[in-house]
Amino acid sequence: MNTLADAWSWLTTAANWSGDGGIWQRLGQHLFLTVVCLLISCLIALPVALVLGHLGRGGALAVNVSNIGRAVPTFAVLVLLLLTPIGGHGEWPTVIALVLFAVPPLLTNAYVGMREVDRDVVRAARGMGMTGRQLMLGVELPLALPLILTGVRIAAVQLVATATLAALAGGGGLGRIITAGFNLASTAQVVAGAVLVAVFALIVEGLFEAARLLVPGRLRGGGSG
Amino acid sequence: MTAPPDDCLARNEWLCGAYLSSRREILWDAVVQHLQLTAVSVLIGLVLAVPLALAARHRRWAAGPVLAVTTILYTVPSLAMFSLLLPVYGLSASLVVAGLVLYSLTLLVRNILAGLRAVPEETRQAARGMGYGPLRLLLAVELPLALPAAMAGLRIATVSAVSLVTVGAIVGHGGLGNLIYSGMNTYFKAQVLTASVLCVVIAVAADLLLLLAQRLLTPWTRRQS
Repeated sequence: MNTLADAWSWLTTAANWSGDGGIWQRLGQHLFLTVVCLLISCLIALPVALVLGHLGRGGALAVNVSNIGRAVPTFAVLVLLLLTPIGGHGEWPTVIALVLFAVPPLLTNAYVGMREVDRDVVRAARGMGMTGRQLMLGVELPLALPLILTGVRIAAVQLVATATLAALAGGGGLGRIITAGFNLASTAQVVAGAVLVAVFALIVEGLFEAARLLVPGRLRGGGSG
Repeated sequence: MTAPPDDCLARNEWLCGAYLSSRREILWDAVVQHLQLTAVSVLIGLVLAVPLALAARHRRWAAGPVLAVTTILYTVPSLAMFSLLLPVYGLSASLVVAGLVLYSLTLLVRNILAGLRAVPEETRQAARGMGYGPLRLLLAVELPLALPAAMAGLRIATVSAVSLVTVGAIVGHGGLGNLIYSGMNTYFKAQVLTASVLCVVIAVAADLLLLLAQRLLTPWTRRQS
């Protein structure tokens, strides 16, 4: 495979790693976008899901929002945001699109996790005189944690994918190496960029898997979502 | 010299009836391409997924590798997946189909396997006691009982494929994604919005059609609920 050899030599060329638009810079952007947007999405989605799950309201919305998120093409949202007035403000279209697609899995998993807490446990906690807040934070939240963390993992992988796609709409991140490769008609660079993105995504997924194995057994959730 | 026409196209408005009427054929071609890419990919995915799921169900050693490989495939972001296939398929529709097949494969294998595993052991033993051979057990008992879970996977795979076809625009075979991509480069708001809305409409319509098919195929599930 000649292309693979070319891709490998592209990856091992020091000049491609440093400087403006180099791999290190793109990797930093990708990591920054993923982490910041994951934090923003958690801050938006988790409190809403916890309260809705605790109250048992808005279930149809919380569950269906995932299906809606799947039906709307990420690429279309990126381009639509780019053409709105927001598009003139640097990375904002990317950040908004990333958050929009990370919120649904967080919301759905956290809500389902809160609702799947054994009703007998909830009744026992009430019988012990716990207030709603104590019940939510002290009983339901810890028991729902495995599913909440599954949601965070799915959201993180989704964020990596969306941040890659943002390159098509002029955003930063590792995807830019791929789009630049297409513009240069350099298959080697396209493949090299794709390998970088794939490895990055797998490392993110692997970190969450490792974290899941490190937590105590009772907190472990299902392997897939 | 005539003055330039003052219609919604000239003003570059988001909603534009003149766009719909003047570009009807372009839109129609894009929709047809979008449907073809989606249908071919999901069908190939289905043909490959059934034997894989059956192998994972009946050969204990096969389950781990099959699930691991499909999980890894699903973690790779779409842009990277298409790019990795570039050396194999070049700038062709086959590249988009191959990428989409790999994604639908993951969703279908997981769901078919979950459906097969959920068939109660008592049911299987009852069928064996009635003299069912392995093939008849599979076709008349296990597969029908696994159908609701399999159809759920098929719906998710189809909706995801409709959305992911748009990314094929990077190689010029993205159905409606091509219109979104060219609309982005020319700042053509009506084209981007119309193509995006059509994507969502196709996804929702496909989902409803499959839901209807599921209802018709599994009449016994309706009586229970």
